[in-house]
Amino acid sequence: MSIGAQTTASVPAGPENGPHGEQESAVEFPPGIDVALTATATVAGETESRVGFTPAAVELMRQLWESHGALMFHQSGGCCDGSAPMCFPAGEFRTGDSDVLLGVADLTAQDGSALGPVEFWISAEQFEAWRRTRLVIDAVPGRGSGFSLETPTGKRFLTRSELCSV
Amino acid sequence: MSVYTQPGKDGSVVTFKPRYEHFIGGQWVAPVKGQYFEDVTPVTGQAFTEVGRGTAEDIEAALDAAWAAAPSWNASTPTQRALMLNKIADRMEENLELIAVAETWDNGKPVRETLNADIPLAIDHFRYFAGAIRAQEGHLSQLDEDTVAYHFHEPLGVVGQIIPWNFPILMAVWKLAPALAAGNCVVLKPAEQTPASILVLMELIQDLVPDGVVNIVNGFGVECGKPLASNKRIRKIAFTGETTTGRLIMQYASENIIPVTLELGGKSPNIFFEDVAQQKDGFYDKALEGFAFFALNSGEVCTCPSRALIQESIYDQFLADGIDRVSKIVAGNPLDTDTMIGAQASTDQLEKILSYLDIGKKEGAKVLIGGERAELEGDLAGGYYVQPTVFEGTNNMRIFQEEIFGPVLSVAKFGSYDDAISIANDTLYGLGAGVWARSGNTAYRAGRAIQSGRVWVNQYHSYPAHSAFGGYKSSGIGRENHLMMLDHYQQTKNMLVSYTESPQGFF
Repeated sequence: MSIGAQTTASVPAGPENGPHGEQESAVEFPPGIDVALTATATVAGETESRVGFTPAAVELMRQLWESHGALMFHQSGGCCDGSAPMCFPAGEFRTGDSDVLLGVADLTAQDGSALGPVEFWISAEQFEAWRRTRLVIDAVPGRGSGFSLETPTGKRFLTRSELCSV
Repeated sequence: MSVYTQPGKDGSVVTFKPRYEHFIGGQWVAPVKGQYFEDVTPVTGQAFTEVGRGTAEDIEAALDAAWAAAPSWNASTPTQRALMLNKIADRMEENLELIAVAETWDNGKPVRETLNADIPLAIDHFRYFAGAIRAQEGHLSQLDEDTVAYHFHEPLGVVGQIIPWNFPILMAVWKLAPALAAGNCVVLKPAEQTPASILVLMELIQDLVPDGVVNIVNGFGVECGKPLASNKRIRKIAFTGETTTGRLIMQYASENIIPVTLELGGKSPNIFFEDVAQQKDGFYDKALEGFAFFALNSGEVCTCPSRALIQESIYDQFLADGIDRVSKIVAGNPLDTDTMIGAQASTDQLEKILSYLDIGKKEGAKVLIGGERAELEGDLAGGYYVQPTVFEGTNNMRIFQEEIFGPVLSVAKFGSYDDAISIANDTLYGLGAGVWARSGNTAYRAGRAIQSGRVWVNQYHSYPAHSAFGGYKSSGIGRENHLMMLDHYQQTKNMLVSYTESPQGFF
């Protein structure tokens, strides 16, 4: 499923989203955004999730998990493909005190069985600029650069943003 | 006005081959795994050739070729290197239209830019470094009557370079020219969005370059860029791109203890002080062009002046005049020399820009012009076009803080000089900035106070060689476009020589 550039029209969860629908999160993402997977809150002092994944993103993550094993994300900034979420094998990108863990998502396989946690990171200074927004990670057709794992697949993770009061 | 024929049609000045292999050791070599990927032109959204999908095996082959060439090329004289660079420049000049149209077709940028900026600048860049290396001298210091410290420049050996897609040829040349002038062999990976135009250039100049001195391997970052950046057999890595990959490249470099140069973008302020509007003269007109410069190369420039800061006292009138100038930007076929704004380089870039138009509106920024995807007709309907867009808002909005890399300008007003500098510096980045003022004192003080590597004063978006380009803060490390880049591609050998017959006296 590709939801392309749509940000307002709700895309119903298809069968490929898994039998559980993965919609049980208590977190309120705005209506119109189809979030299939929600990361738990990990920012100190916060209880609401800051990161969600669309069905298309979840599908792509499953595919990458199958080929590469455990995954992680780091939100990029700057030139060219800046602002793209970069997906790496877990541990490939070294995070440190200059980063903030925005959330951890428990990825499941199509049949609902657990695959494992996926950490989503951002640099601390970029987090300050992005504080007022919640991120929805989507997947669209495209060809990113950088070393993100999905680029050879012809699909590209894309960060969509929603205002939040976290 | 003239319109260049689309490549692939009769009468085009450039013909792409249906397939390009890697360029390794002076030969066109098929990828070890035999895989290729399609290259799409953003002008129409259609694939027009395919290029080798490189993997670690191809990178190793390129490094073998580069190291095989290194003993000879590392030892070449500055005269030999300069001669080669000058010949490359001459060959490019003879084929200016061909290269310019190839670049436009691969990247989507208007041909008026490739004809008048990208390619002429690339040509000049080779000539500049040909001159720079001829004129470079080592140093010696006489430490006492009989002791001399000699400092020699030596090439590093073989270096890796990863090129962005926004100026595929010019950014490659910014990296190639100093590396070659310094006597290094290069393994270069173009961006996967724009892999073909540099190969067209390589075909044109391959007879001028000794085998193995320049090697080009295309492919995806994870499959091809990483094996290059993390390779133990490179002595330096250069990268232009975004911050996460920049950090990852530094991480790999730290494992191999090699130097890096990084250019990672910016969010450049463009400040218009009130005396700009003292008169409605030629200077005022020039400042309005400066306002509209965010649309150059469809905004896909690391130094895009994407934050316009206008002094309160002239805000309404200057902004109205600026919007009027933006409304006159001619959008359309990138192959038409009258077109001022062409296509975005890729479909995912288009998606990203649209997502920022969305968040800008959600954060309450006011759309003054544009704000949507541009719909073109005919075979351009499948291309990736965005309307030049101006938002009015405040500096804490995300559209003011992040590099959108599209034709999107965010405008805010400031009261005092101190406000202007404070807003200008309230960013993670520090690559470019613009200052517009009739008062030389104001312009000077502002130029020095802004924390960025390049401050244009009463102009914008000029990139002449011999004017250092690089970033403060998160914008990166190193200075390109200037002979100081030679330092990043050279080792310093110090020979400390004693000319006395007397022992030192310790033992």
